[in-house]
Amino acid sequence: MSYLPYAVAAWICLVGIAGIATSRNLIHLAICLTVTQSSSYVLLLSVGYVKHGKAPIFKGIKLGTTAVDPVVQALTLTDIVVSVTVVALILALALDAHRLSGTVDPDGLADIKG
Amino acid sequence: MSRRVRIGILTPTLLALGALFAWAIAGLPAFGDYRGPYGLVLNRVVVPLRHTTNVVMGTTFDVRGVDTMGEEFILYAAVVGVTLLLRDEVRSRQAERRTQRLRSDAVRLLGIVMIGGGLLVGLWLVSFGYITPGGGFQGGVLLAGAVLLLYVVGNHRDYGPLRRQHALDPLEALGAGGYVVIGLAALASGTAFLTNLFGHGKAGTLLSGGSIPILNWASGIAVSVAMLLLFAEFLETYVVPLEPEDSGS
Repeated sequence: MSYLPYAVAAWICLVGIAGIATSRNLIHLAICLTVTQSSSYVLLLSVGYVKHGKAPIFKGIKLGTTAVDPVVQALTLTDIVVSVTVVALILALALDAHRLSGTVDPDGLADIKG
Repeated sequence: MSRRVRIGILTPTLLALGALFAWAIAGLPAFGDYRGPYGLVLNRVVVPLRHTTNVVMGTTFDVRGVDTMGEEFILYAAVVGVTLLLRDEVRSRQAERRTQRLRSDAVRLLGIVMIGGGLLVGLWLVSFGYITPGGGFQGGVLLAGAVLLLYVVGNHRDYGPLRRQHALDPLEALGAGGYVVIGLAALASGTAFLTNLFGHGKAGTLLSGGSIPILNWASGIAVSVAMLLLFAEFLETYVVPLEPEDSGS
C-alpha cells in the first residue's frame, strides 16, 4: 500500500498518453494532456509526503511540528501554471486549425499546408 | 499514420513505459518515508527567518523567488501567444453568432451571490496568502473566475468593459513588472536580486515577510489579469461583439 500514490501517478500518466494518442478531437486532446500533466502533481506531492506530517503552514500549529515538504508544493504550483498556459495555447491552435481546415480531428489536419 | 498503426505502436509502448514506471517505483523510498533534507530545513528556518507562517509561499516568493518570476513570465508569454494566434480569428468572425440573455432568475441570483463570494474569497486568499493557506496564484485565479461569472449570469456585454484589453494591459504590466521592480530594488540597494528587503514584521500578521507580501500581490494581479485576458481572447472568438448601434436591452 505504501507505493499506491506513485502507482496512481504512473497510471494517470499512462491513461493520459493513451487518450492523447487515440484522440479524435483536439479539445479532447488538450484535456488528455492536462490529465497526463496532473500525474506530475500527484507524484510531486507524494514524494514530499512525510508520515503523519501536517501542512507546512505554521499558523495555529507549533513551529517544529512534523510537516510535509513545502518545496514540492511550490513546484506543483509552478506545474499547474505551466499546464494552464500550455492548454491555453493548444486551444488557441485548435481554433486556428478549425478555421483553416474546418475540423478538430487531428487526423483531418494532414492536408494543411504551411 | 493511420489510426490502426498508431494504436498498434501505442499499446506495446505504453506497456513498456508502464513496466519502466513499475521498476522506478520499486526503487523509491516508501510513501511517507521522506529523505530529502530541503523540506525539513525550510520548515524549520522559513518562519524564524522570514516570519512567513505559510512556508509554501515563503518558498515560492523568497527561497525560489527567481523561479517564480520566470513562472510569471511563462503566463505572460502564454497571453501574448494566444493573443497573436487568435488575432485574425477575431476579425473574421464578426457578427456571426449572438448570445441570448440568460432568462432564469434563479441562476442569475445564484451567480450574483457567487460573484460576490468569489471576489471576497479571492481577495482573502491573496491578501492572507503568506499567513494561512492561499497565495497570489491561487487567489488570482479565483478572482478571475469570479469576474468571469459575470459572463455566465449576464451576457457577454456585461463582460464588455473587461474585454477591452487595453484597459487590462497596464494591470498585467503592473503585476509582471512589479515583481521585477522589487527584485531590481534589492539590486539597487546593494544586495543580490530579489533579496528580501523590508523588515520581517510580526509572524502571523499581514505585516510580515518583508518583500513577500508585495511579490504576492504582484503575482496575484498578474495571474488574475492574465486569466481574464486569456478568457477575453477566447470569448471574443466565440462571442461576437454586438455593434454599438444595435445594443437593444
